[in-house]
Amino acid sequence: MDFLTNHLLTLILFTPLVGALVLGFLPNDKKTIRWAGFLFSLVPLALTLLLWARFDFAQAAAFQFQEQATWYGPIHASYHLGVDGVALTMVLLTTFLTPLALLASFSVGDRVKVYYMLFLALETGMLGVFLSLDLMLFFVFWEIGLVPMFFLIFQWGSPKGERRVWPGLTVPSRVYAAFKFMIYTMAGSLGLLLAIQMLGVVTGTFDLPTVIERWNQASGTILGFEAGTLKAVAFWAFAIAFALKVPVWPFHTWLPDAHTEAPTAGSMILAGVLLKLGAFGFLRFVLPLYPEQARHYAVALAFMGMMAIIFGAFAAWGQEDFKRLVAYSSVNHMGFVVLAIAAAAWAAGTEHATIALNGAVLQMFNHGLTAAGMFFLVGAIYERAHTRELKKFGGLFGHIPVYAGVLVFTSMASLGLPGLNSFVSEFLIVRGAWPVFNLFTTLSMLGLLITGAYILKGIKDVLFGPLTDLADHLTDLTAREVAVMVPLMALMLILGVWPMWLLEVINRAVGG
Amino acid sequence: METKILWLLPLSPLVAFALIVLFAHRNRALSHTLAILSVVLSWVGSMFVFWRALQVGAERLAEEPFHSVINWLPVGDGFFRLGVQLDPLSAVVLFFVAWTIVMIFIYSVGYHNFGQPEGDHDTKGLPPHGATVTHHGHKHKVPSVEPMYSRFFAFVSLFAFGMYLLVVSDNLLTLFAGWEIMGLCSFLLIGFWFKKPSARDAAIKAFMTTRVGDVFMLLGLAYLYTQVGSLRYAAIFNPETLHHLATSPAPALGMSAAGLIGLLLFIGTVGKSAQWPLHVWLPDAMEGPTPVSAMIHAATMVSAGVYLTIRIFPLLAAANHEAAFTSPMPVVAFIGAFTALFAATIAVAQNDIKRVLAYSTISQLGYMVAAVGIGAYVAAAFHLVTHAFFKALLFLGSGSVIHGMEHGVLHTGEHVDPQDMYNMGGLRRKMPITFWTFLIGGFALSGFPVLTAGFWSKDEILSEAFGLGHQGVFWTLAVAAFLTAFYTMRQITLTFLGRPRTEAAEHAHETPLTMTGPLMVLAVFAVAFGWVGVPEHFPVLGHLLPAWFQEWVGATFHGLIPEHGELTFSYFPLTVSLVVALGGLAVGWLVYRGVSRADQPDPLESVLGPLYGVLENKYYFDELYAYLLVKPAYWFGAVFTFRWMDRTLIDNNLHAVAYLSWRLGNFLRNRFDLPVVNGLGDAVAEGTKGAGRLLRVVQSGRVQQYMLLALVNAVALLALVYYFVTRS
Repeated sequence: MDFLTNHLLTLILFTPLVGALVLGFLPNDKKTIRWAGFLFSLVPLALTLLLWARFDFAQAAAFQFQEQATWYGPIHASYHLGVDGVALTMVLLTTFLTPLALLASFSVGDRVKVYYMLFLALETGMLGVFLSLDLMLFFVFWEIGLVPMFFLIFQWGSPKGERRVWPGLTVPSRVYAAFKFMIYTMAGSLGLLLAIQMLGVVTGTFDLPTVIERWNQASGTILGFEAGTLKAVAFWAFAIAFALKVPVWPFHTWLPDAHTEAPTAGSMILAGVLLKLGAFGFLRFVLPLYPEQARHYAVALAFMGMMAIIFGAFAAWGQEDFKRLVAYSSVNHMGFVVLAIAAAAWAAGTEHATIALNGAVLQMFNHGLTAAGMFFLVGAIYERAHTRELKKFGGLFGHIPVYAGVLVFTSMASLGLPGLNSFVSEFLIVRGAWPVFNLFTTLSMLGLLITGAYILKGIKDVLFGPLTDLADHLTDLTAREVAVMVPLMALMLILGVWPMWLLEVINRAVGG
Repeated sequence: METKILWLLPLSPLVAFALIVLFAHRNRALSHTLAILSVVLSWVGSMFVFWRALQVGAERLAEEPFHSVINWLPVGDGFFRLGVQLDPLSAVVLFFVAWTIVMIFIYSVGYHNFGQPEGDHDTKGLPPHGATVTHHGHKHKVPSVEPMYSRFFAFVSLFAFGMYLLVVSDNLLTLFAGWEIMGLCSFLLIGFWFKKPSARDAAIKAFMTTRVGDVFMLLGLAYLYTQVGSLRYAAIFNPETLHHLATSPAPALGMSAAGLIGLLLFIGTVGKSAQWPLHVWLPDAMEGPTPVSAMIHAATMVSAGVYLTIRIFPLLAAANHEAAFTSPMPVVAFIGAFTALFAATIAVAQNDIKRVLAYSTISQLGYMVAAVGIGAYVAAAFHLVTHAFFKALLFLGSGSVIHGMEHGVLHTGEHVDPQDMYNMGGLRRKMPITFWTFLIGGFALSGFPVLTAGFWSKDEILSEAFGLGHQGVFWTLAVAAFLTAFYTMRQITLTFLGRPRTEAAEHAHETPLTMTGPLMVLAVFAVAFGWVGVPEHFPVLGHLLPAWFQEWVGATFHGLIPEHGELTFSYFPLTVSLVVALGGLAVGWLVYRGVSRADQPDPLESVLGPLYGVLENKYYFDELYAYLLVKPAYWFGAVFTFRWMDRTLIDNNLHAVAYLSWRLGNFLRNRFDLPVVNGLGDAVAEGTKGAGRLLRVVQSGRVQQYMLLALVNAVALLALVYYFVTRS
């Protein structure tokens, strides 16, 4: 038991990877692989629940279950893991969504073994980002996560569609999307890596708590530059890398492409977890490392968040492709997270900041649930109809009632209906941001109005109106598909009615 | 005890909803039994707490409402707390909500043709078309049961949950939760027959239009929460907080915080209670089944908007009291009064029996809003209650009429619109119970003197407007009252009086007891509820009956609002009230009694000329909004944001960067890699080759030669080492 307690985070982090390796040695039978992959992904979930049970909630702001071992001695990078309340929330989200995504992937029939291996490897990459307390280690996981997702989009993505990049170069949509996703993130990582190295040189270590302490004390001239200038440059290097990942307007255009072309489970994880990496980066690194710069540039950040809310909503409303509509909804919803982070940066230390951060982290968790659910539902209907064009559906409210009920429920959660999860987080964000950014918050409400418009557009075009000839192909959700949705819906409802159990962790972690 | 019951009131229908959706949806009888049982339980609970409230008395209840609270959200160092409460205002609202909901649930059983056969060609998502039955050897068509019967009861149960939640809430956040849940149910029920494109569009329109109000309301809640640190009524509505809110400036419009918060919350009411300029959704909402129109779009949900405005009245009044800031009250009064008149003019020119009632609802809600706007919040609450009863009655009556007409249509096979009043006529003989109850409801709506509840509440609003010196509001509402009486009598005349104008009307049929029973119960309230609010100074009656309602609701905000002195009684507003009500009824009857053919043009058409067309088309607001707001907004999303900004501006810039990188790569390969790097490499390779050729001479393969060479090298190396070592 001691071993379990002392190495709980390592176990959570690497069991998926071990699972992936084991999968490699299993016979190449689809059914075996699917079940083995799914069952393996339950191990980290079980371990996370154990972690939750043993977590000291009174100390949610401190890093717990820390593990440290020498890694790259010469550059003072160590294998340092730890969780606080925010990381715990995100780890729970990741280990909760991965089994559901793997269960949703049972309908994948092509190269199942590699697919499941990549997916489990992806889980390790994502968990590593949330668990790392060393900048180098963090960066490694940050990059590792990209690779499986790149291949998932590239190899298992939507088979249809082409995109013209420039005259004379037209590529399949999924190739376009995979490269755009990869190159965009890498472009951000470039600055991030340089800034991390610079921090390492200045502070003499990559150990995050030490770096934060030493870096914040650093003043005057650093490496021959004026401290303020250098910090501002480093701030933007971090901020842009994370902003690309969230994504924040105007760096968001990779998202609709990647989410639309990715396989269903890929979209679930992309929207459910990968986007949270960016927001998490702001919370874990940007705010503690650059409090002054964050405050100084908070208005710019809030502006980008507001633009994401408004334009994300408008663009979602304008879609004819159901999946792209849902993809754009992520831009819209994550904009609230950025707005809240900006408000918290501006009003650091006040009650407004605490409330905004509460809202931000809860919104990250909530969006993980609703976006995963929405992508799954889009995928389910696409598998049956082989089209995602909204105009081709219609009148299904009575035809496939279980699907219809689940779709309405999930859409309403996404819309922010009180009683379901997103309302709580959006209310907290609006409450936290309003006294800080009157105008931006007010304008964001326009985005919330359009959120209603695109959610209803989805419901209207799929469920309402006359039946179309597609209806013959459309059958109701299978037991497996219901099994994917039920845990998601249960959490959406529980978090809407009784969010206390989760918010208390978050609230303590962000300074309440 | 009372507070425990308050917690349970909303839960009972919620449980019914869950049970129907999960288990009972295949069984019609079980579904409606569960639904009706749940609201009857809530009704019993409501009546009990209402009775307990009466025992406690208004003043004590206002000071110490039935109240229970729990911690809900941790925020910073404290908690967001929420709970349930019952004060005098929510008690009367609870009273009418409980009654109307039970009546409408029972009515729905008959309305959806429970017990009738399944239709010949009925499908889910369309209204039932009727079934052919063989009776004594010959076939005839009868109404068929609703194909989504259970679903209807599930949705209305969820709705009842939302409404109860709103009423028993002790804070504005759970009020908002109930508010939004009702909005969802309203959406689902307007679009209940979802395959009809008109129902689908109406549902979307209702949701989106009310959402305009809702987002402002949410902003108001956030603002209020920021300022007060709580959204509980007890925390907001106390003298210190109100004073603080009324004296701290807001960031916009030159208002105080109280003023701006009040205005933002009021915009929520404008959406929910369908006030101009967000009124457009309510008439279209008539696409839903009639019980829905009665419950959601007349008695409860739209009333909730007015309830909110009354609830926040202390806030508005406090803002109004501070002369240094712009007051939101005139805005409230203007929107209310304008809507009351505006909607009444449209109602005059509608032929659909339900649409007339829809515009009438908008207009009557305008009365209440105007009343709050001039400070007469008690009168507003009074009209809220009486209106809920008589308007629910009218809607259910109209549903009964439509049902009877549909029976006739099925029987005769005639293709006429069973909702068009011009196709009716003479129904008083065919459907006597419906007729008499509708007449009572209509007279109450018109404010028929003394007998009906509507008279007392409407008269109170008019006399307060007059007494408080709001001449503009008074005359606007008086004209609206005249129009109200006029279009009501037009409706009654066209529907029930005269002779049947179509075959279908000839064969119309009284509806079953499940439908007429609720009509009779509501008719009692449409008359009797007025007697609880007879003003003290009213001639003769004022001394006989106590002005219970005024004292009861008036106690709610005791000490929170600046009191104005006792109004002096004046015969003038009373006279005006009598004249417009009776005059409107008389004119309505005189103009429309002569209509004898279904295709006859409306008598008003010749009088009003082109104006009639404008009224008939609702001042073209739908078209105006479509072209001015909806279409440009959609264009902004689909074309500007997506195609121009994201796909063209941003993506093409990315592509340009990619293209330049690609070109740079090509350039480097063709101009540098190939000639320079490869050239250099080649040169190196060639040089090595040449050197090799030269050196090949030493690679002769003879060992002696190698040995000699090795020796020479070794000596040279040693010499070199010796040289360096000695030097250092």
